[in-house]
Amino acid sequence: MSSRELILGRVRAALADVADDEPASWIYDRDADEHSRYARAGSRDPEALAALFADRCGEYRATVTRAERAGLGPAIAAACARHGASSLVVPTDLPEAWRAPGVEWREDHPSLDVHALSGFDGALTGCAVAIALTGTIVLDAGEAQGRRALTLLPDLHICVIGEEQIVEGVPEAFERLAPAARSGRPLTFISGPSATSDIELKRVEGVHGPRRLEIVIAG
Amino acid sequence: MRNEFAEAARHEVANSQLRANIRNATHTIRAKREEAVAEVPDWEQLREAGRRIKERTMRNLDRHLEQLERSVTAAGGVVHWATEAADANRIVGDLIVGAGAREAVKVKSLATDEIGLNRALAARGIEARETDLAELIVQLGEDRPSHILVPAIHRNRGEIRELFRRTLPGNEQLTDDPAELAEAARRFLREKFLSAKVGVSGANFAVAETGTICILESEGNGRMCTTLPEVLITVMGIEKVLPRFADLEVMLQLLPRSSTAERMNPYTSLWTGVTPEDGPREFHLVLLDGGRTKVLGDADGRAALHCIRCSACLNVCPVYERTGGHAYESTYPGPIGAILTPQLTGFTQGNSLPWASSLCGACYEVCPVKIDIPSILIHLRSRINREVDGYGGGGERLAMGLLARAFARPGRYERAQRFGRWLSRPLTREGWISRRLPGALGRWTDVRDLPAPSAETFREWWAQRR
Ligand code: SF4
Repeated sequence: MSSRELILGRVRAALADVADDEPASWIYDRDADEHSRYARAGSRDPEALAALFADRCGEYRATVTRAERAGLGPAIAAACARHGASSLVVPTDLPEAWRAPGVEWREDHPSLDVHALSGFDGALTGCAVAIALTGTIVLDAGEAQGRRALTLLPDLHICVIGEEQIVEGVPEAFERLAPAARSGRPLTFISGPSATSDIELKRVEGVHGPRRLEIVIAG
Repeated sequence: MRNEFAEAARHEVANSQLRANIRNATHTIRAKREEAVAEVPDWEQLREAGRRIKERTMRNLDRHLEQLERSVTAAGGVVHWATEAADANRIVGDLIVGAGAREAVKVKSLATDEIGLNRALAARGIEARETDLAELIVQLGEDRPSHILVPAIHRNRGEIRELFRRTLPGNEQLTDDPAELAEAARRFLREKFLSAKVGVSGANFAVAETGTICILESEGNGRMCTTLPEVLITVMGIEKVLPRFADLEVMLQLLPRSSTAERMNPYTSLWTGVTPEDGPREFHLVLLDGGRTKVLGDADGRAALHCIRCSACLNVCPVYERTGGHAYESTYPGPIGAILTPQLTGFTQGNSLPWASSLCGACYEVCPVKIDIPSILIHLRSRINREVDGYGGGGERLAMGLLARAFARPGRYERAQRFGRWLSRPLTREGWISRRLPGALGRWTDVRDLPAPSAETFREWWAQRR
């Protein structure tokens, strides 16, 4: 007997007490009652959401700025300047308006070698959704985001978030992300720069992931 | 023996200064967890939803495993089934060799510690390189982790500088600034990541519906290990499956706040099979039984499989704090260990653990998926009394007798604890427990594991308080 058959057989034998017609999973819309009906949607307006999101990101020591859509170029240039970044790697479908003058742009096409990616000062991307309550941005390899390595190897990640992409809580984010997950796209949840406290309990930003996270909210 | 004792003694002395830090960290994280939870108005509803999701999943586990296999396969992954640790180790080793590699980068995980993967690979001449900072410090120093919260805390910054100067090429000018030390580690491991052919990970969750694997972490080494290598191998216990993608919206609210007291941990990665032009070209999922079906077979004990490894129950357990954890016999420590270890091993190990509890209920209160640990403890006591030779009502007397003797004679108790703690060190490397509790410290426990014995015993803690 294969290991597969053996394990599945053991599982079935172990579950002899469970009726065959029992629903196999717990589904919110069908099964939630007053004990388990957690909040699935928030009530804040867009302005309050943006403020909350900025606040929570600040606590993670990400830098958050806001800009008019028309003024994104200068906002991004300012973010670069704060970190002395002069070369950015970007996904091929990066909006033209984000390309600030005075920065060296390189599209990740054809896919750059990981050593090359590692050599850039920073990466600039958009995101799929942002979660206000937790200060999280989520990338789903969709529009203006590129592949995962792009936002992992350079030391600075500049992420542009449209105000309309900010949701209040985790469940709303999952609702928006479901189509991407179903189509097999990878998701990365980012809540502040990577961090460690391994040396004498001193907090140090960034061991392996980008040490600097700049978030620009476009409204 | 003399040398070993001297070494242990040296550690104790060296640690006295550090104890304050560690105590601080431990107590901070308890308080922070409470804060993190208190700001969620629907926390109780989330816990109940989490409990019900897990319960339904376990009761229909065969269906979800088959679904997971179909989804992962459809997404271009390969699913392997491992009945026991040795099977899993062999499968992983074969895959690494098959990829033409002798080395793999690894993000520490509970499942791979449980099966002793690193040791098994080493026996085949394959190096599994752990990739987080503390691990690197310990590995380079050919050392053992000193504490779960901060495994490298026995090394001060000066020692780490010396270690890095000596072992990491090109760092002769290194200063002892923690940021600079972290930078040196970053550069060294960066090379490993960029050249690694194979990555190995565990999983916090796997979604049957979509075939999506999910891991949570802090440093970014998890992202590196699951994104850069050509071949990715994930080892997970069969109980980690969740039926639906939406189930994650509950778990990702419960886990970070319970574990590291964060609203969200820095990085959570989800991937589904292989994605063209993005990440590994091969993905293998190893599904491990390793005793889990034994736990499943006990309708009153199977909730132990609901555990999402946040370690909140350890931090609040008065017995865990007082015993320093060594009494948990090197498998899962703390309350979860007391209900899981005996069941997983088919009552061949840890049979006295269900008695090592005052049934105060604190663990149940904090558990994010509401595992009724006290009730399972009572249930297991009666099972062990009934089923295990030599217990028959004697288990309680035996365990209580040992505890009472230890408590009655302070000197003996302390010596026993220190010895136990010292003994447990090597085990915490390869056993179930080998991970520190992150959190206030910005670390992540679980794709990793549960904390091991506390390096500070209750009496030491008490002595310091006074
Ligand atoms: S049993 Fe303990 S470690 Fe597991 S989920 Fe509950 S509190 Fe967390």
